[in-house]
Amino acid sequence: MKEIVCIVCPNGCALNVEQNGETMTVSGNKCKRGEEFAVTEMTKPMRTICSTVKTNRADIPVLPVRVSADIPKDKIFAVMNEINGVTVTEPLRRGDIVIKNVLGLGVDVIATSDVLSINQGEMI
Amino acid sequence: MNNYDVIVIGGGPAGLAAAIQAKKDGAEVMLIERENRLGGILKQCIHDGFGLVRFEEKLSGPEYAERFIDEFNSLGIKALTLTFVTKIAKTADGFEIHIVNRKGTAVYNCNALVLATGCRERTAKQVFIHGTRPSGVFTAGTAQHFTNLLGELPAKKCVILGSGDIGLIMARRLTLEGCKVLGVYEAKPTPSGLTRNIHQCLNDYDIPLYLSHTVTRVFGDERLEAVEISQVDEKMRPIAGTQKTVECDALILSVGLIPENELAETLGVEMDSGTKGPVCDEKLMTTVDGIFSCGNALHVNDLVDYVSESGETAGAAAAAYKKAKRRTVRLERGNGIMSLVPQMLDLNGTTEAVTVYFRSSAVVNNCSLKITVDGKDVFRKKYAFLRPPEMERLVIDFSAFGLTPDSKILFETEVTEK
Repeated sequence: MKEIVCIVCPNGCALNVEQNGETMTVSGNKCKRGEEFAVTEMTKPMRTICSTVKTNRADIPVLPVRVSADIPKDKIFAVMNEINGVTVTEPLRRGDIVIKNVLGLGVDVIATSDVLSINQGEMI
Repeated sequence: MNNYDVIVIGGGPAGLAAAIQAKKDGAEVMLIERENRLGGILKQCIHDGFGLVRFEEKLSGPEYAERFIDEFNSLGIKALTLTFVTKIAKTADGFEIHIVNRKGTAVYNCNALVLATGCRERTAKQVFIHGTRPSGVFTAGTAQHFTNLLGELPAKKCVILGSGDIGLIMARRLTLEGCKVLGVYEAKPTPSGLTRNIHQCLNDYDIPLYLSHTVTRVFGDERLEAVEISQVDEKMRPIAGTQKTVECDALILSVGLIPENELAETLGVEMDSGTKGPVCDEKLMTTVDGIFSCGNALHVNDLVDYVSESGETAGAAAAAYKKAKRRTVRLERGNGIMSLVPQMLDLNGTTEAVTVYFRSSAVVNNCSLKITVDGKDVFRKKYAFLRPPEMERLVIDFSAFGLTPDSKILFETEVTEK
């Protein structure tokens, strides 16, 4: 039996996973998402990553981004490397794609803010 | 126009929600923000996990804030940014708000005032660390500002003191950007942050968490060169002989948040020692008629969803505010309750469905929240566990308890089985 903590929501349920050959029994979860999380965590752990990309703007030097869906946990630093290689020069909007199909993982890196497209005051 | 029904001070998630709700309820609203754009601290909280309760989606901070900013703008609500409030005065029929910005000074009048001024981080001076004063000692929020808004990595090899959520989030963020996080040190015997953050921010990246340890000294002239770590006893006093020196170029502090209420205090608003925010009734009106409080200025929240909720409660009440005599009774914190909101009820108001937020003062398992009125049990709710880092929210019908202004209403926790 393996104990893991569910990271899907702030409840942070303590899950017990029992593996009998091919089947897995999950207990301790308050909802269905906990069971899905436990099975994925045991077979192919997935994570979201959020970061920033450089821009060509002096007043807004970085734009926040995230992956559009979870990526394999062991690809986190490879994806970070891709993110750190980008400089945004267009006034991208929230949800716009920054890197399409990053490393062929089937997910995009998307902008998470309209900051480049809204009228700005002076930086303080 | 200088006259408004409602003026909201603070353009973070609480203030945005309050302004939007007040406007929807028909009030003329203006919001005042000291930074150059709306969104508050969420602008730099680029990690995800916001909005799970409200939107059932995992949003990043900017995405969550901008949903509200879009609605705020579509409703045509006026906002003054880069504007500071210098003074608030009570008048015969409301409040006078004195401000200063690049256009000069101005005075605005309002019938009701919503204080959504958020909270501040505790600093190194408030946790009594000895030694020199080199650069490289940051609060977690400052490190987050450098990393996520300015795009500058503030450290190469750092130590984090305090296991609050922002510290845990920054441990992961700095690691992703190539900084070596040597460890998170927590003086208490249990972590301060949410369990899921211990797992997804520390365990995922093999960052060690040292409980019952603290930083006792810093070294370095121009820049931080090392910190001294000591074990602490159960009263959080350093144990002699346990010191060790850890070389690092930054010390990042995540040692707690304090509601920011300087403006409230100048208005004579009574403060609560449990929440460090104003004493409020069920509509989130403070002890001064016409002044409302919400968000992290009211009490430090762990979920922004509840910050927005309290903003909406305060905004709706501010829009509906008319001078009326209140008939109040206090809600008292008893054994096991660290903080409780609201702290009083207006028996002339509606008390059928009051949203109550509380934190326990210790980790307890198999327990109940118990409410007594004049010593008699009136309410009980079971919990598998209560932990101080996790705020609990519930809705209680107080109208059934036969309350009078003289009732003694006590909230306690009780262990149901060992």
